[in-house]
Amino acid sequence: MANYNLKINGKTLKTEVSPDTPLLWVLRDNLGLLGTKYGCGMAQCGACTVHINGEATRSCVLPVSAVADATITTIEGLSEKGDHPVQRAWDAIDVPQCGYCQTGQMMTAAAFLKKNAKPSLEEIEAAMSGNICRCGTYHRIKEAVQLAATKM
Amino acid sequence: MTKNNSRRDFLKSTALGAGGLILGFNWFGQEASAAAIVEGITSEAGNTAFNAFLSIQTNGIVTIFSPNPEIGQGIKTAFPIIVAEELDVDWANVKVLQAPLDTKKFERQVAGGSGSIPHSWQRLRKAGATARQMLVVAAAKQWGVSASECSTEKSFVIHTATGKKLGYGELATEAAKLTPPTDVKLKDKKDFKLIGSTIKGVDNEALLTGKPLFGLDFYREGMKFAMIQRPPAFGMKLKSFDALAAKASASGIEVVSFKDKVAIVGKSTWEVKKARDLVKIDWEKAANLESSDDHNRIFKELLDGKNEVRRKDGDVEMAFKDAAKIVEAEYQCPFLPHNPMEPMNFFAHVREDGVELVGPTQTPQNAQNQTAKLLNIPVEKVTVELTKMGGGFGRRLGTDYVLEAAELSSIIKAPVKVMWTREDDMGGGSYRPAVRYRFRAALDKQGNMIGYTLRGAGLNAGNSTRQDNFPAGAVPNLLIDSAEHKSPITTGPWRAPITNFLAFAEQSFIDEVATAAGKDAVQFRLELLEKAKTAPAGEIKYNIDRMKAVIELAAEKSGWGKKKKGVSLGFSVYFSHASYVAQVAEVVMKKGKPVLQKIYAAVDCGIVVNQSGARNQVTGGIVDGIGHAMYGNLTFKDGTPDQKNFNAFRLIKMNEIPAIEVSFVNNGIDPTGLGEPALPPTGGSVANAIFKATGKRLRNQPFIEEDQKLFESVS
Repeated sequence: MANYNLKINGKTLKTEVSPDTPLLWVLRDNLGLLGTKYGCGMAQCGACTVHINGEATRSCVLPVSAVADATITTIEGLSEKGDHPVQRAWDAIDVPQCGYCQTGQMMTAAAFLKKNAKPSLEEIEAAMSGNICRCGTYHRIKEAVQLAATKM
Repeated sequence: MTKNNSRRDFLKSTALGAGGLILGFNWFGQEASAAAIVEGITSEAGNTAFNAFLSIQTNGIVTIFSPNPEIGQGIKTAFPIIVAEELDVDWANVKVLQAPLDTKKFERQVAGGSGSIPHSWQRLRKAGATARQMLVVAAAKQWGVSASECSTEKSFVIHTATGKKLGYGELATEAAKLTPPTDVKLKDKKDFKLIGSTIKGVDNEALLTGKPLFGLDFYREGMKFAMIQRPPAFGMKLKSFDALAAKASASGIEVVSFKDKVAIVGKSTWEVKKARDLVKIDWEKAANLESSDDHNRIFKELLDGKNEVRRKDGDVEMAFKDAAKIVEAEYQCPFLPHNPMEPMNFFAHVREDGVELVGPTQTPQNAQNQTAKLLNIPVEKVTVELTKMGGGFGRRLGTDYVLEAAELSSIIKAPVKVMWTREDDMGGGSYRPAVRYRFRAALDKQGNMIGYTLRGAGLNAGNSTRQDNFPAGAVPNLLIDSAEHKSPITTGPWRAPITNFLAFAEQSFIDEVATAAGKDAVQFRLELLEKAKTAPAGEIKYNIDRMKAVIELAAEKSGWGKKKKGVSLGFSVYFSHASYVAQVAEVVMKKGKPVLQKIYAAVDCGIVVNQSGARNQVTGGIVDGIGHAMYGNLTFKDGTPDQKNFNAFRLIKMNEIPAIEVSFVNNGIDPTGLGEPALPPTGGSVANAIFKATGKRLRNQPFIEEDQKLFESVS
């Protein structure tokens, strides 16, 4: 076990946990941040995507020891009032079906749009094709990313 | 954090001793508990319950309870829309809550069979209309006028002659004292304002900000975490296990065994997962360990062996003897896991005085009944709280994962959440059964189908046919039968059970027959329907006119019959779960390979309750259908699936979807469900379009593995 003061969503959060624990489970089991989801545990589906120093990263295979000094953003910290352009676009287009993968989808989209404010459709598809949506809401996700791009 | 600290202790000590640190932890079990929320609302001052479905607060806020499990089908939005329509309430004043299982208040709290909307349509309308009538009577009383002089609009009762208005909130307390009328008049469908409009999901805000809603998000103070090691192959059982290393790996690790399973219990997900890897388990063979090669042999034996007749019209033997042409083909589909993004999980707390169950289930009442039976206690002692589900696709119609949690909690005498990893989930069974079909069709000289036989051979598929579906009724001589092999590999309903692969086979084979007859695919189907109408053979259990209407709508929208340069079209139509869906797939050749460019879908589900939800279901069902027809495959070696996670099992991704254009038939018929019906016709429309484009007839799913070369680019 080791002590960590993790920089998450602009706050410093303290926890004691085994260093090999994936960040995903620290967020969920220790810190009560439940918006980041478990889907596969091997960085294949994207449900657990968070931002590490601004980069979209899969938290299910990322040991907490590797992010002890990193700046971490989860869906809970993407915006203060749930009004990040990506969150607004997701609501405007009414993207979710079951909704389980959508926080990961939005975290991927938000990091992508920060780097590429005016993406082409092909660039959106390339950026988003690592995130699985079992309900098949891909058309609306694509539309929502396009809409969010106009509001960033 | 010392190891003996409870979560709450942790909360306090961190807050006191941390100085500048901001606490990121609060116990969220309360927030995730639907029952707690429900209780809070109904006990709120000035909130009056009108019936099982709704209550109204003095400030005008209407709380609508949605009893059916929300699995992504949008029922938590659709049900309240129907209530709110008849209540004539301003949608902005509506708050929706998930109701827990309550067999006294509600009926059929099930998410399955696309049956929620058709079952509850009248019931929900009546709930809204009854409360509305009570509000009207209360207002009329206050004004000293007749109720018939009053109307309602957007949460107000209005006295038409004087224009006097009273809000629902002001009337609620008095109105609720009245005896509910039993024969309220429902709205004329042409006056619907909410029904048929575009309404966003009621959980959007919570979902998009990461609030805890799902089963895996449920945490409770003092709750233990558990994973279960189940037999690694279908046909194996537990011999012995050694948990010494596992127990030493972290504090509080417990290892117990029941029903050929070994459960690892601990204080966090990760500690439990690591401990599980350390348990040494010996398994032994208890039944045949089947491989995919065995299945291919079994299919052949079943197709050539004894079969159970499902439907027989006319004289098939004679028809084939008289035939000018005979068409024969076989189609095969593999086992498929459901793969909901949220794997199986459930919380159970077996106490002296009762059992608390919380989690994602499509059948809460089954969970309740079977838990009561398992633990030998009265049903009333078991409560079931419904969380939102991260998908289900039929997997959560089963109760195995609920019972496991209940049994484990009863053994360790503690509240516990059992979680399945993706590998547990994909390897854990209840699959879509694998099936092989053999078709034969007899054509006369004019290209009329005079004989038709279908034989289904399934592995734990029950009746792998749907003997009364089209073209039954349209062919004078028809024989449909099936055979089944009982396999140790477990199967269960998978979104649009049986029809999710039968429709592909039937609609592809009909295409083969039309081609052999030298007829247009749409024309051929319409001619068959005409025969079903004018000279029906046996009983007809689909509506001929409704099927014809979706065929014509899909043909019209896609420009069927008009030449589009470089574009090949494939047709398919299917009736399932009481709705009708026709599809046209467009395929173009790019770099020498067929690329699915667009799918047109024409849908008849009667009245569309919510345009946004309905379109999402149809589009999603088609994407699901394409993905599994193209890529989905679960193969076996010695009883163990070869694919256990998304690195090996390929799900469709964003860059693999075509454009989809959805059109609804607007016929005003009472609504039927949409969770399933758009999926079945998909494999057929795609395969038929690929045949048109390449001349290659795809008869085995997944397509990508039947003919890898076909889908490779030629540079």
